[in-house]
Amino acid sequence: MSTTLRPTPSPTEAHIRTPLAKARGLGSAHSGTEHFWHQRVTGVANAILVIVVLVQVARLTGADHATVKAALKSPLLSMPLLLLILSGMVHMRLGMQTIIEDYASSEGAKVVALMLNTFFVILVGFACVYAVAKISFGA
Amino acid sequence: MASAETHASKRKQRPLSPHLQIYSPLINMVMSILHRITGAALYVGTLLLAWWLIAAATGPAYFNFVSGLFASPVGLLVLFGYTWALLHHMIGGLRHFVWDTGRGFDLGTIDTLSWGTIIISLVLSVAIWAWGLMAKGII
Ligand code: HEM
Repeated sequence: MSTTLRPTPSPTEAHIRTPLAKARGLGSAHSGTEHFWHQRVTGVANAILVIVVLVQVARLTGADHATVKAALKSPLLSMPLLLLILSGMVHMRLGMQTIIEDYASSEGAKVVALMLNTFFVILVGFACVYAVAKISFGA
Repeated sequence: MASAETHASKRKQRPLSPHLQIYSPLINMVMSILHRITGAALYVGTLLLAWWLIAAATGPAYFNFVSGLFASPVGLLVLFGYTWALLHHMIGGLRHFVWDTGRGFDLGTIDTLSWGTIIISLVLSVAIWAWGLMAKGII
């Protein structure tokens, strides 16, 4: 043997990591604390928006169609409601992702469940946005 | 074959780490699982919000039909449950934010925050429904 075998370099050795990878500071998972952080940011937003929306929706208990429509036409309700739907979509998707990752019995089941999670959130979220927009813009 | 059986019986004899039902429930355990259960319930319950909004966007006849279902005894129970889940999860989330700052980890504080969350979420749920029903002159 003429060539000398070097031991495989560890990926943390400076010379094998690009400057960009070092700046990002992420490992093979390619993600860091975003999940946790986005859960917090949307959690704070949810708390504020839920209070604003809940107080107004409670006043609609037993209200007829015209009253509910008028309330949803008002930006005082539709704006915070749309923001809550948006913030809620991100938050509930991240939250359900955690639950799925904790309980999924196999890699395949996990991937499928994570995909269904995304589909469900987008479907329900856009249905809500569509309904509010339709009422706001004149239905 | 024989070695596989031996292997299987050996596996069976291995001690298992005690699972949840071995421990007597402590309030912090109950709160942890309640945060997850309420989060999952809110996730599924967004279907109700979407249904209500779509009904309002559809027209008076369909809105009255959905409104009637929501006003049935089962409907009211579900809506009250959703209100409680939302408030419990919200206050539970605020508790998480306190912990995120590194505070509130001593056992006494955890117990106080736990019972406080349960009591305040129930009181607020009853209060907001009473307020909504009073607005309508139902009570
Ligand atoms: C109202 C204000 C809300 C606040 C302050 C809040 C806060 C939080 C926080 C801090 C977490 C993370 C808990 C942890 O790290 O263990 C969380 C988890 C979660 N949230 Fe919320 N949330 C709110 C509303 C909602 C809503 C409206 C939904 C669903 C539509 C939701 C669904 C979830 C789910 C599914 C989880 C995951 C639970 C788990 O991992 O056990 N949350 N929430």
